[in-house]
Amino acid sequence: MSDDDLYQAVILDHDRAPRNLGPLPAASHHATIDNPLCGDVVTIHARVDHGVVRELAFEARGCALSRAAASIVTTLVRDRSLDDARALAAAFERFVHAPPDAALPDDLGELRAFAGVRRARSRRVCATLAFRALVRALDGAV
Amino acid sequence: MPRAPARYAADVASTPIDRGGDALAPITTPAPGAPSPWRNDFPALDALVHGKRLAYLDSASTSLKPRAVIDAVVRVFTEQAGNVHRGVHALSEAATEAFDAARDDIARFIGGAPDEIIFTSGTTAAINLVAHSWGRTHLGPGDAIVVTELEHHANLVPWQVLCAERGAELRVAPIDDRGQLDLGALDRLLDRTPDRRVKLVAVSQLSNVLGTLAPISEITARAHAAGAIVLVDGAQAIAHLPVDVAALGCDFYVFSAHKLLAPTGTGVLWGRRSLLADLPPWQTGGEMVAAVDYDRARLREPPYRFEAGTPNIAGVIGLGAAVRYLAALDRRAALRHEARLHARLRDALAAEDRVRVLGDPQAAVVAFTVAGAHPHDVATLVDRDGVAIRSGHHCAEPLHKRLGIAASARASLALYNDDADIDALLAGLHRVRQVLR
Repeated sequence: MSDDDLYQAVILDHDRAPRNLGPLPAASHHATIDNPLCGDVVTIHARVDHGVVRELAFEARGCALSRAAASIVTTLVRDRSLDDARALAAAFERFVHAPPDAALPDDLGELRAFAGVRRARSRRVCATLAFRALVRALDGAV
Repeated sequence: MPRAPARYAADVASTPIDRGGDALAPITTPAPGAPSPWRNDFPALDALVHGKRLAYLDSASTSLKPRAVIDAVVRVFTEQAGNVHRGVHALSEAATEAFDAARDDIARFIGGAPDEIIFTSGTTAAINLVAHSWGRTHLGPGDAIVVTELEHHANLVPWQVLCAERGAELRVAPIDDRGQLDLGALDRLLDRTPDRRVKLVAVSQLSNVLGTLAPISEITARAHAAGAIVLVDGAQAIAHLPVDVAALGCDFYVFSAHKLLAPTGTGVLWGRRSLLADLPPWQTGGEMVAAVDYDRARLREPPYRFEAGTPNIAGVIGLGAAVRYLAALDRRAALRHEARLHARLRDALAAEDRVRVLGDPQAAVVAFTVAGAHPHDVATLVDRDGVAIRSGHHCAEPLHKRLGIAASARASLALYNDDADIDALLAGLHRVRQVLR
């Protein structure tokens, strides 16, 4: 399987066995975002403590890509500062909109499995939905 | 679940088709398994997709265009490059002649008269034209409009907005689980007077999701008896049924060129002459006026009153070429071919593991879900095998909610499809089940 395939093993694994799926009773921040393409919905819950995202969880009704992205985001952002979390979200946006042959940034971890959406314009929103929900959740905080 | 009567096949077999005096040797319905004899007319099907033969099963979104239409559009920009109805020079004359001929041929194609054919930018614009022009002069507080549960957003939202503006009520006629309109419920909605009077029934002839056919003649009879007029959304039906507006008995019939083998950006509103005569324009400007002073303008007769501005000349001429293409082939054979493929597609999908077919489709369209696989994932995975299907809510979000789902996958047919396309979809779905377990 090449890097350009959309359904990488990492993505399928997170889709089948999502991490941090469900509500988060201790959460201080929440945001829900729709996929305008099909009405799919991702909700991100986060517990922020002294400027650091300590815990995350997600709920989603959507495709394998949006579910896997949300699952990975909840693992990747844990214990990062708000600034770090936002920077990571921005880096992922740049990554999915980059030319298909651009180098893969290391700091994106498992999200690098989404390289295939760079050749699948209509599916980019599926990949970015979770991060957009997270940023909206963090913005709603203070 | 009992199957709906095979009205589609019966309609096709019993409706005479005007062959338009074709000089071509007739192509009869191809045998099961044989390639579509019309496939080679569509250059888009020559392309390889991800290195695979293209199985285009998304004609309900937009149809492919035959060489005859592409050539006609190229001719507009090479030999008929003038504006229409505006000049006396040779290019303008050539464009006007081709444009007016298209209107005549399109009228003949649906059994209407040329002055009842109004060109718009598509089905959506045609419905909006009626909502603005008819709605603002005929609908008021105390009135109601009836739509059905399976309408496309284009045949729902304009009526929502109109009813809200005019203080009228929007009523939704229910469908049963097979996707058939509940005529008894329609009667009750039409009947709920005298507190409110239903003025218009707006209904799709062929559902773009469920592939079900509405009994238009029965609906128009009931609506007319209740004093309401009927608008038929023919966006899907026009390419898959012989349409005769007189036989349907409707008052408005709308469709898009791009689902009927012609370019995007062009559509048709057919309106009963007696209705159009009294309607005000929606948009105003050039072309639609007979005489203009600084303080007033005298409007032209229909259809021009409703066609402000330079029209989509290439689109209209392309649509004319499309209906001529269809008139010149044995359309009954083509429709029988489609009907056989549709029955196979529906039954094959229903028999697939983890696949559920929505409703009881009768023509052209089969929407389905795959357990454990989101429709977008299904569509993306089969695309890798060269299979083009639609995923999402197909601009019918309320219907999907009514069915208890967010989205579906949809395969849809046209005369250029054949069994190889269905085989490719079934193989693709096998791979979907392997990848998304």
